[in-house]
Amino acid sequence: MAQTVLHTAASRGGADHGWLKSHHTFSFGGYFNSERVNFGALRVLNDDSVDGGMGFGEHPHDNMEIISIPLEGALQHKDSMGNVATIELGEIQAMSAGTGIYHSEFNKDKGNPVKFLQIWLFPNKRNVEPRYDQVKIDTPKNSGELVQVLSPNADDAGVWIYQDAWFNLGRLSSGDNITYSLHKKGNGAYIFVLEGEVIVEGQKLGTRDGFGIWDTDTFTITGSAEARFLIMDVPMEF
Amino acid sequence: MQAQTEILVIGTNDVILKTIVRLVNNNILWNATGVSSVSEALSRCKKNHYQVLLIGAGLSEEEEASVRREVSENYPDIRIMLHYGGGSGLLSAEIYLALAQKKAD
Repeated sequence: MAQTVLHTAASRGGADHGWLKSHHTFSFGGYFNSERVNFGALRVLNDDSVDGGMGFGEHPHDNMEIISIPLEGALQHKDSMGNVATIELGEIQAMSAGTGIYHSEFNKDKGNPVKFLQIWLFPNKRNVEPRYDQVKIDTPKNSGELVQVLSPNADDAGVWIYQDAWFNLGRLSSGDNITYSLHKKGNGAYIFVLEGEVIVEGQKLGTRDGFGIWDTDTFTITGSAEARFLIMDVPMEF
Repeated sequence: MQAQTEILVIGTNDVILKTIVRLVNNNILWNATGVSSVSEALSRCKKNHYQVLLIGAGLSEEEEASVRREVSENYPDIRIMLHYGGGSGLLSAEIYLALAQKKAD
């Protein structure tokens, strides 16, 4: 029988640094909840808003797959591998931190905040050579459409990472539904509602609610209002 | 005053190691020492009483297995945690988890 976990938007941890406002679905920084550390290989799901002209100065990472998905605005990225890039809505960025990488992220638009999801997954291999990738992604235009934006395969749609994970952006109108099949035995899915309302396994979810489901092969998402969401299909053991 | 929790951090990336030590030491209840080799880690364990060993980036699989084996066998009170993310928002959670597991032992 499928197992589930609900993390409502209001139950998330938070940090307000003035220039940075962040909601943490899982324990991060000063927010620690032993019941909310990870969902399988999914370790960080931060919903960040960075004020115009502000950002994260150079800082290091290692051994983590780091994915950024802009929701509004643009973020400039510079790293120790020489990459200088700007990511904006309609793109996804992936970094395999591996043996170590330093990077900075800034919102160059002084007049507007940048809003983005910062998602970290435990890698399936430690100490890999660091790598950076950024690709344009389609956004689902029609109700019932899923668009893959991440996978473990370099020749598949979206970015690839060192983990048996698949991310899909989805869209549903009220009354429509999608049946999702997990990609791999032992994987679970974490559904994060970007906006609107959906129902998964009888559980109604609103904007920024998160819902994990595992010990199942498939599940159905039904729209209860115009909704956009992200499905993160990740190993529960890694 | 509450005694500090002694934390040993091992990793071969000097900049990241220094960042981790600095961030851990931001908590006045924690005291971190950074080392960059297995031999140095074991030498430190002989002289000091650590509660947590954080294994950072850069060790080979053999080195990681070796430090895990030696510490588990000779210093079973030390809780061993793999550290992920560099000097990141995960550090505190990793240490809190290690201390919670240690308490439950």
